[in-house]
Amino acid sequence: MAANVETLEQVQAVTEKYKYGFVTDIETETAPKGLSEDIVRFISHKKNEPEWLLAWRLKAYRHWLTMPEPQWAHVDFPPLDYQDSYYYSAPKSKTDGPKSLEEVDPELLKTYEKLGIPLKEQEMLAGVAVDAVFDSVSVATTFKGKLEEQGIIFCPISEAVQNHPELVRQYLGSVVPAADNKHACLNSAVFTDGSFVYIPKGVRCPMELSTYFRINAANTGQFERTLIIADAGSYVSYLEGCTAPMRDEHQLHAAVVELVALDDAEIKYSTVQNWYPGDENGVGGIYNFVTKRGACRGHNSKISWTQVETGSAITWKYPSCILQGDNSVGEFYSVAITNNMQQADTGTKMIHLGKNTRSRIVSKGISAGRSQQTYRGLVKISPKAQGARNHTQCDSLLIGDLCGAHTVPYIECRNRGAVVEHEATTSKISEDQLFYCRQRGISQEDAVALVVNGFCREVLQQLPMEFAVEAQKLVGISLEGSVG
Amino acid sequence: MLEIKNLHATVGGKGILNGLDLTIGAGEVHAIMGPNGSGKSTLSYVLSGREGYEVTEGEVAYQGRNLLEMEPEERAGAGVFLAFQYPVEIPGVPNTTFLREAVNAVRKYKGAPTLDPMAFLKVLRAKIKELQVPDDLLKRAVNVGFSGGEKKRNEILQMALLDPSLAILDETDSGLDIDALKTVADGVNAMRAPDRSVLVITHYQRLLDYIVPDRVHVLAHGRIVRSGGKELALELEKTGYAGFTGEAA
Ligand SMILES: Nc1ncnc2c1ncn2[C@@H]1O[C@H](COP(=O)(O)OP(=O)(O)OP(=O)(O)O)[C@@H](O)[C@H]1O
Ligand SMILES: [Mg+2]
Repeated sequence: MAANVETLEQVQAVTEKYKYGFVTDIETETAPKGLSEDIVRFISHKKNEPEWLLAWRLKAYRHWLTMPEPQWAHVDFPPLDYQDSYYYSAPKSKTDGPKSLEEVDPELLKTYEKLGIPLKEQEMLAGVAVDAVFDSVSVATTFKGKLEEQGIIFCPISEAVQNHPELVRQYLGSVVPAADNKHACLNSAVFTDGSFVYIPKGVRCPMELSTYFRINAANTGQFERTLIIADAGSYVSYLEGCTAPMRDEHQLHAAVVELVALDDAEIKYSTVQNWYPGDENGVGGIYNFVTKRGACRGHNSKISWTQVETGSAITWKYPSCILQGDNSVGEFYSVAITNNMQQADTGTKMIHLGKNTRSRIVSKGISAGRSQQTYRGLVKISPKAQGARNHTQCDSLLIGDLCGAHTVPYIECRNRGAVVEHEATTSKISEDQLFYCRQRGISQEDAVALVVNGFCREVLQQLPMEFAVEAQKLVGISLEGSVG
Repeated sequence: MLEIKNLHATVGGKGILNGLDLTIGAGEVHAIMGPNGSGKSTLSYVLSGREGYEVTEGEVAYQGRNLLEMEPEERAGAGVFLAFQYPVEIPGVPNTTFLREAVNAVRKYKGAPTLDPMAFLKVLRAKIKELQVPDDLLKRAVNVGFSGGEKKRNEILQMALLDPSLAILDETDSGLDIDALKTVADGVNAMRAPDRSVLVITHYQRLLDYIVPDRVHVLAHGRIVRSGGKELALELEKTGYAGFTGEAA
């Protein structure tokens, strides 16, 4: 019963609409506004990077200048002014970056407490290791010692560049090339931080690894970069959570996540995305333009994406799997909720290259208010993918008459032995169900949360237990005011 | 407990209830019988506040309060319970979760402390034993894939858990086998109390052998056309509704 709806009381306890909308008052060090080669050099210098990485960034930057914005998504917003944003913002500290929790600015720690992730306590709590990214830098990584004993590397990517350059150099950009798309390209040029994970051969990571992202500074873009490598026969479950304060202007979040699973390895990657969605009229909110891709390079490897997307003004995101190794498995479980003026164009790509590769897509989209939501998915079976199978289940739930839900499944099947199945449903939230709940004393809002949680259950069940509860709460909160 | 005066109601612009009067005293059990489409379920929905059931005239007082002004969930909180003729399926929501949410919601209205999952489970276990509800129904999603009889039992389980002051049972006996009918009737009888009233809607006099009503009413064309003691049900069983509907038309 991992994803039971345990949460109505908790939903009621949360009175504000967006409880993460506070700003932390700390001194920050910020690069000058705007984007140029100098800014790229500045970032690289700040991070004390080796020459090859600066060269890689600059190449990406120059290419980025030539790239058009992606236009195909069903989202609508004025052109981005890249010069009107800051690309580096870091909490100032006496030393150059905190070495332990004791050195972390207490204001920052307070922020994380408000977010519900007290780092200190979490060290004692049941196994979640947290790498917290605040604006552009990793603040603290808990549990490091315990992980090191098993040879697991879990650290900010900037640190990995210093301490494990050979690994970073081998894998960075190997799944999402710098020139993949405009947003990923920008990230390659200016990424400031993010997490790095390496699980050695045969090691089963003993705890959930987790990153918490938060955008704090005004006018700051966040460009984190995450790289996870699961060596042969290893297993890791990784979770990222995201929040941002309420601000009137839009903020760009263009992250890149790359996963590599070698022979018999498994990576489970879960996201609870709750960036500020803007207000009822669409003022403010995060532009969440994210490129996430996993490569199942080895035989029998498995990558599973689970996402709960409730925040952001605009979401543009397609966590994908490249199924190279024979018998490899890709999964995508998604709940996307849009309310008010939010727009989301999200889905996945399953690229079947190896023999007997299997993929499974379960997408649950809930649209309310005047929001627009699109499921966009690609299932591609190459000629060599003998015995490949895909099953896609794509369900949309509409709340009210003013929202839109669209389903755009692409199937490219070039192998006649492959089996590709697609099911889709679209329905309105059922008045019968809501009335049944209300007749039992459950308020309209709680009834919506209950029914929608039921609709999403299959996906929420995929989340690690401790985050499933949080996700269920979010479902209720993000749909507040959507009915009645 | 409940006083309905000259109630007129429309559904989708169509007049269904046409001047219905009914008074149920505290501790009483009343039965309503009547032909298909006469407005029995409509009455139950109007009393529970379902959207789309428009009251155009008349009054309903419940425990001295104007029932028609209250939201459906407030009515539930004040002790109005409806066992649905067609219980609704809620995919993905475990029955136990639903029952707990309902119990705690109603407890809040009553100013009672809510029950944590463990405490609730205790209460629930005791009730399912009493009502002979199979364990298995608690883990499954609310009413999803339940047989007709299982759905009805689940309604009675909810009634027993929510401890209402006014229980309306809309054809709860339909679809029940004889043993289930007895358990359901026992469940209702066990709840008979001086401060609780029950309105039983049924097509079958058989149920009334088990749940013996204080009054029986015949509903036809949206109003009560005849009322009497429990013998009225026996009479109907013999003669049918022909005599009543003819007069009322
Ligand atoms: N949403 C609706 N739109 C139009 N007519 C409706 C609607 N709901 C109910 N009715 C009509 O109202 C009338 C009364 O229906 P109701 O369900 O109250 O009957 P009933 O007495 O409960 O019948 P039964 O014994 O078959 O359960 C019927 O003619 C029905 O078709
Ligand atoms: Mg009926």
